[in-house]
Amino acid sequence: MEQQLKQLEQEALAKIQAASNLKELNDVRVAYLGKKGPITDLLKGMGKLSPEERPKMGALVNAVRENVTAQLEEKAAVLEEQAIQEQLEKESIDVTLPGRKVRQGNRHPLTRVIEEIEDLFISMGYEIAEGPEVEKDYYNFEALNLPKGHPARDMQDTFYITEEILLRTHTSPVQARTMLAKKGEPFRIICPGKVFRRDNDDATHSHQFMQIEGLVVGEDIRMSDLKGTLDALAKKMFGAEREIRLRPSFFPFTEPSVEVDVSCHKCGGSGCNVCKHTGWIEILGGGMVHPNVLEMGGYDSKKFSGFAFGIGAERIAMLKYGVDDIRHFYTNDNRFLAQFHRTEGV
Amino acid sequence: MLVSLNWLKQYVDIDHLAPQDLAEKITRSGIEVDAVIDRSQGMTNVVVGYVVSKEKHPDADKLNVCQVEVGEGDVRQIICGAPNVAAGQKVIVALPGARLPGGVKIKKAKMRGQESNGMICSLQELGIEGRVVPKDYADGIYVLPEDAVPGSDALELIGLRDTVLELGLTPNRSDALSMLGVAYEVAAILSQEVNLPEIQYNTTSEKAEDYIQVRVEAKENPLYAAKVVKNVKIAQSPLWLQHYLMAAGVRPHNNVVDITNYILMEYGQPLHAFDYDALKTNEIVVRLAKEGEKIITLDDQERTLKAHNLVITNGEEPVAIAGVMGGANSEVTSDTTTVVIEAAYFEGFSVRRTSKELGLRSDSSARFEKGVDPNRVLLAAERAAQLLQELAGGEVLEGTVAVDDLDKTPARVVVSPDFINARLGMKISLEDMLEILNRLKFDVEAANGFLIIDVPTRRQDIKIEEDIVEEIARLYGYDEIPMTLPVNYEQVGGLTSYQAKRRIARNVMEGAGLYQAVTYSLTSEELAQKFAFKAEATTKLLMPMSEERSILRQSLIPHLVETASYNVARKADSVALYEVGSVFLGQTAEELPYEEEHIALVISGKWVDNAWQGEKLTVDFFVAKGIVESLFEKLGLTERVTYEKATVEGLHPGQTAAILLDGEKVGLIGGLHPAERKKYDLKETFVAEINLQAILEAEVEEIVYKPIPRFPAITRDIALVLDRSTPAGEISEIIRKAGTKLLKDVKVFDVYEGDKMEADKKSVAFSLTYFNPERTLTDEEVVNAHEKVLKALAEAGAEVR
Ligand SMILES: [Zn+2]
Repeated sequence: MEQQLKQLEQEALAKIQAASNLKELNDVRVAYLGKKGPITDLLKGMGKLSPEERPKMGALVNAVRENVTAQLEEKAAVLEEQAIQEQLEKESIDVTLPGRKVRQGNRHPLTRVIEEIEDLFISMGYEIAEGPEVEKDYYNFEALNLPKGHPARDMQDTFYITEEILLRTHTSPVQARTMLAKKGEPFRIICPGKVFRRDNDDATHSHQFMQIEGLVVGEDIRMSDLKGTLDALAKKMFGAEREIRLRPSFFPFTEPSVEVDVSCHKCGGSGCNVCKHTGWIEILGGGMVHPNVLEMGGYDSKKFSGFAFGIGAERIAMLKYGVDDIRHFYTNDNRFLAQFHRTEGV
Repeated sequence: MLVSLNWLKQYVDIDHLAPQDLAEKITRSGIEVDAVIDRSQGMTNVVVGYVVSKEKHPDADKLNVCQVEVGEGDVRQIICGAPNVAAGQKVIVALPGARLPGGVKIKKAKMRGQESNGMICSLQELGIEGRVVPKDYADGIYVLPEDAVPGSDALELIGLRDTVLELGLTPNRSDALSMLGVAYEVAAILSQEVNLPEIQYNTTSEKAEDYIQVRVEAKENPLYAAKVVKNVKIAQSPLWLQHYLMAAGVRPHNNVVDITNYILMEYGQPLHAFDYDALKTNEIVVRLAKEGEKIITLDDQERTLKAHNLVITNGEEPVAIAGVMGGANSEVTSDTTTVVIEAAYFEGFSVRRTSKELGLRSDSSARFEKGVDPNRVLLAAERAAQLLQELAGGEVLEGTVAVDDLDKTPARVVVSPDFINARLGMKISLEDMLEILNRLKFDVEAANGFLIIDVPTRRQDIKIEEDIVEEIARLYGYDEIPMTLPVNYEQVGGLTSYQAKRRIARNVMEGAGLYQAVTYSLTSEELAQKFAFKAEATTKLLMPMSEERSILRQSLIPHLVETASYNVARKADSVALYEVGSVFLGQTAEELPYEEEHIALVISGKWVDNAWQGEKLTVDFFVAKGIVESLFEKLGLTERVTYEKATVEGLHPGQTAAILLDGEKVGLIGGLHPAERKKYDLKETFVAEINLQAILEAEVEEIVYKPIPRFPAITRDIALVLDRSTPAGEISEIIRKAGTKLLKDVKVFDVYEGDKMEADKKSVAFSLTYFNPERTLTDEEVVNAHEKVLKALAEAGAEVR
């Protein structure tokens, strides 16, 4: 009987080794360890043995059983692993093929520039003020120290709707309106928006463009505040290494007035085509709010002072991104817009 | 303003500075130097020549063979084609090896068999603009005075060894529209003195007032002065004067006219010279023109005047338009012997209006418009008398005939140094301030903590304390201003709710795959109201530059469709754009239009194109609608928005919906009509436009957390047979209303039209979700609720399949 048991064990182990999949392996298990299998039969036949032989034989049967079970499990693990491998093999794909595209649009480069500037000024406590694009002559000119017949009105050729109504030539009327609305309280605002001038559209002129103006009114606003603020703006838009310089200039609504140059972001100031070999690029104008403008806005110019500045979004975008023709901003060619898709280091 | 440095040197010492450095200093302290122009342009080997003889070229009709002496005993043969070349002339010769402007190189050459050793030059060939070359030499070579020495440097002689600064003047700095004004500015920058011209001349015993009387009948002319000079000899001006004028961009004519122009440039005071005899009367009357009065101006144009134009008359008829242009009837000619010099102050607004109306802008009108220096008017008349004596041999009659009501007192500005420093954020000492004001030659006194300043009348731009702040700052140096940020007041910055939501609206559009476009607000009459869902009175320009940009738009769609068309024409197979912009509604004669901010989109061509997976989708109505729905969902308005079939011109009648918010129309969505698509050469194209203001300003509830459901929901499907024309949206509403509060959601999950359906019928399948947040639903509850839905549908005539 012991002999028989050894032989069964050999047989079972051989079949386990031969099994090539989990089903065959299961068949082996059922055949040898199942209720109708030979090992069970042997156990049933143990009753015929003598009481001395029984425990010995019992231990032997159990040992065979355990061995077969262990081998079965071991083989099962191998076969499962093999099955997974096969599945993985079958499911393998070419990962270099393109993915399913998720459509994404993006902001227009001008909006991008404007929002960047808005966010900088919001971080410095500014509000965003907006106003109508069709304006009264009063808000566009007169309230800004540009009475009718003033020679400086020649600086801006205007689209008139009636004698008193026009397309705003700058966003300054928003400043005039804000001063009246704030009723003598100090404030800081940024005014972005569309403006219009009688210009023939070409590579550097556009009858419609975007302006961003800033205005701060308070009791101790100094020209040094204007300089510090514009320095922050230049660094934000063109890089932390940029410097600015102010040059005296003239605007009817500011006194003193300045034009602001930023050190060239292309050459760093050593001179190149972008800066016309001067190392500096003119980017905006500004100054201390003219007392007449403050007074017309309801502020006592002896007590209050302020600074204002204006910047062209197109000019900034053209410099920043190297765009060579202002008309691109209004043509909206897919191949142009798509270039402003990605984000930049901020 | 063109400033010859040779000329400027007459008044201020600039010899120690290179022109570039001087230009930089001027720019940094207030007046922008647009260009530094070397008038010699690097020319060499250009000398004086003497034409010994001139003969016709044997083989060329238009050429002459000249023997030209270009130095002691150095006679060379030069071929010259100029019609005015003649033996005995002193001319300008470019010798072989010379380089002329425009890259011209002079070499020895043979012209039709004859040797030529150089070129006899016109002024244009030396880089002088044709419009300033004297008329006599406009079409030929330039002839030098007889005393020119052959072989000497011709460039020196004609003033081309000079540098010109081109100043870009802002409107306030009209003081720099004169050489003296520039001299004062440069002197202030360099801490120099200004050497003013010394005026000296003799007078005859005859009195000017015996020759002419002046009467002024218009307030636009507070000062009119006349001087009379007899026996002038009309001739060419001396070379130096002609070349100063040419450097300043003025064409020389004759000595009398040149002298008035020279003084215009020197003092900034326009003068006019009349031929005394041609005036015919012995009086000058300044008055407003009669409506329709006519005058022939110096340029031989007849001008019709208006009643507000100021004119100079001889008491009978106009002889000049004040400050703008003289009349042909009193022009100085080669026969003139006695001249009347006019020096006047005409009010800027009057000259400006007249010159604008007549389209006549001149060096004179430009200066009057901006206001000339009241204290230089009479001085300029004196200077003219001096130069007419020196350069035209004239005899100056004694006295000046003048009507003078002009206020010539300097403006007084009182300002404290503390105010100046407070405005600048600086600490400039009183001494430094005084030093700067002295450099500017301002009359200043410090007393009781104030600076009391009398501003010379040449600086008409300086009237208030802030003007002094600027003068101090610009000469102290803007670079010295420190950098600070505003302090001391409370305002929390940020976007308004509207502005924040508008950014979110943009994000939704971009997240849906649309690029933001920015198109023009001005459009054509044809497109102004096209696709507008709210067409009202339009806003039109008084004087448009073109019909295409003549009127403000009332819909954003037309330009988006044009942009789509532009891109498709450039082979874009997919266009997806949106725009945020204002439309302009309800313009009236007195009031501004109502500006309403809209958001619009256009999609055209492919929408999904995953080529290798074989997944393709062309845009359709529901792609556009899905984007619009995302926007409403993000804004929390989904439940309040409905869509109803609509008709809009230019859109597909079967694929257009009005969008309603709380029952109010706020937008539209639709397919472009096939006829429009053809016109714009577009395939399937869908557009939408929404009143952004209405949807951003709609009040929405704040977010309040609702517990996550702990009990399962139960769904029931219903398939209905409907008329093809019955909107699924209506049926959804019926279901929603009938479904009790247990019905949480209704979705369309299938729509079928076709073979298996009767014509004019469609099958629409809805999925209904029932749910009770309190507990698990019982079958009975669901059955009851569902029964009510079925009953309502039956009543509405919807047949369950
Ligand atoms: Zn550069």
